[in-house]
Amino acid sequence: MSRIEAIFGQCQQEKRKALTVFISAGNPNIAASEKLALALADAGADIIELGVPFSDPMADGPVIQAAANRALAAGTRLSDIIAMAQRIRLAAPHIPLILFSYYNVILSYGVEKLADDCVKAGIDGWLVVDVPFEESAEIQPILKKRGLSLIPLVAPTTSLERARKIVKRADGFVYYVTVKGVTGVRMELPADLQRKLNALREVSPVPVVAGFGIATPEMAKITVAHADGIVVGSALVRLMNEAKTPESGIARCRELTTALAAALRD
Amino acid sequence: MIKKGHYGIYGGQYVAETLMPALHELEKSYRQFIHDKAAIREFKHYLADYVGRPTPLYFAERLTSYLGGAQIYLKREDLNHTGAHKVNNTLGQALLAKYMGKRRLIAETGAGMHGVATATMAARFGMECEVFMGQEDIERQAPNVERMLVLGAKVTTVNSGSATLKDAMNEAIRNWIATVEDTFYVIGTVAGPHPYPEMVRYFQSVIGKESRRQILSKAGRLPNEVIACVGGGSNAMGIFAGFLKDREVALIGVEAGGSGVASGFHAASINGGRLGVLHGNKTYLLQDNNGQVRPTHSASAGLDYPGVGPEHAFLHEIGRVHYTVIDDDEAVAAFDLLCQQEGIIPALESAHALAEAIRRAPSMAADKTIIVNLSGRGDKDMQSVRAYKKEMQ
Repeated sequence: MSRIEAIFGQCQQEKRKALTVFISAGNPNIAASEKLALALADAGADIIELGVPFSDPMADGPVIQAAANRALAAGTRLSDIIAMAQRIRLAAPHIPLILFSYYNVILSYGVEKLADDCVKAGIDGWLVVDVPFEESAEIQPILKKRGLSLIPLVAPTTSLERARKIVKRADGFVYYVTVKGVTGVRMELPADLQRKLNALREVSPVPVVAGFGIATPEMAKITVAHADGIVVGSALVRLMNEAKTPESGIARCRELTTALAAALRD
Repeated sequence: MIKKGHYGIYGGQYVAETLMPALHELEKSYRQFIHDKAAIREFKHYLADYVGRPTPLYFAERLTSYLGGAQIYLKREDLNHTGAHKVNNTLGQALLAKYMGKRRLIAETGAGMHGVATATMAARFGMECEVFMGQEDIERQAPNVERMLVLGAKVTTVNSGSATLKDAMNEAIRNWIATVEDTFYVIGTVAGPHPYPEMVRYFQSVIGKESRRQILSKAGRLPNEVIACVGGGSNAMGIFAGFLKDREVALIGVEAGGSGVASGFHAASINGGRLGVLHGNKTYLLQDNNGQVRPTHSASAGLDYPGVGPEHAFLHEIGRVHYTVIDDDEAVAAFDLLCQQEGIIPALESAHALAEAIRRAPSMAADKTIIVNLSGRGDKDMQSVRAYKKEMQ
């Protein structure tokens, strides 16, 4: 059983929903991101997405853009993130690690080489923001052969017919994008979110997690009633961006994660 | 094309899932549109009476005799309404937007010509318009910002990244992700996700069709060479489209060399880049060893882009088009020469193509012919040229 399957199985047994957290790797530096990942795992995060900084993050709002800029200014390379993942893996043997990236960084590194290095580092899968279903054939077989998952996105604009095709090929879990827009904290979520999530869960053979815009335990609770888990990204990244020191940012992210995890348990 | 929307290994649809349904809808509507006789009749009507086509193919007699070699013809896209080839495409896309029932147009712009051309069509068809433009370009292309504003467009300043064309495109894509249901994204070049490269080429191919007909009528035979500048590559794809099947016609695309490819300060994606994915398509991309997109440099804002249309990447690979580089200094010299010899002020972008002709013509026989696509007029560049010359002193 994969680490991803194991964690969703465990959540089901414990009658709770899975909490996925997004870390902008290298923001403000790799050492801080490593500490942050372990702190969040300890605070109750079930899955960690390691965001790879890119110069042109077209699907991201200002918070993650700023984080990516800081990470790049600190000289963060994909190879540094893989090495960090390997260290996180040693300290936290069971938590699924998902590499979250734009395609160009992966293409530049080499798709097969990166897949090999991810296996060695103990990374469980990829989410490639700008490789939709139509282009995924150039990645998925390479990952599958090595036991890595390719996590697909389903958006509010995706028809149910198209979602069926996407989830049919999915392994690990499927990431439902809750809002039409780029990443970032929202004050509220769309009115038809529950209906869309219910419909997607009905057709999906793998767990459905919902992300984009979720910032508070209250929003987490409302969303998760209709999903198998949630993703929190910008709300955590913002705390790191605003912190005077990495340590104080990590402490605040730990608090938020503890509160989110508690909200998913009730 | 091997796979739909691909040119060899180039092209594709590398975008976030949120946009995929919109791209499918766009492709479907585009196919209907180009097979709809009434729609195409309307497109041609506006090309003739509003844009002012056909544009002349002008024999540059004085420049030719000054250079003393091949005969140089200029395809006068600078004489189009709004002052560049860009309007051929924005007219087509605005009509398609209307056809699809969209009420709002958004666009990215570098030199501002595409922004002006989009704002123009939005005004003409009573649509809302927002243009994204990098801070650096807003400064160096100020007259075009004024034009967009008087045409009723909202001009949104982009400060992220290098604050030039690629960043404007990032911001336009972000806006589109959030507004995709009522908004039509008018991409200004033969790049972006499928069907944009194919669609923009279709709307711009009028340049090539006219040029072929005109040179046959004026010179009695096909040209030896056709030269066009290449940023994203829409004016080049437009004129090349008319001659791709004529194997005897050499096609030359000119990339922006900035301070020289060796200096690293340039915008020559094919000559100085490698395979990558940006803005929805796989193509040649200027990037560092870690896959981060590199800042580009060119005196010409319209060529200041790190990628190139996927069909150009493919035409380079199969050797049908030869891609060369012209540096800033050569482009500015060509700008001056055309002003002095022909009384025509070319856009700095077009001056790159002209400079390549100036380089080639003297060593060619007097019975050879070259067509240069004079893609735009240079009124917008007066300040840039003055600033460049001052810096060089």
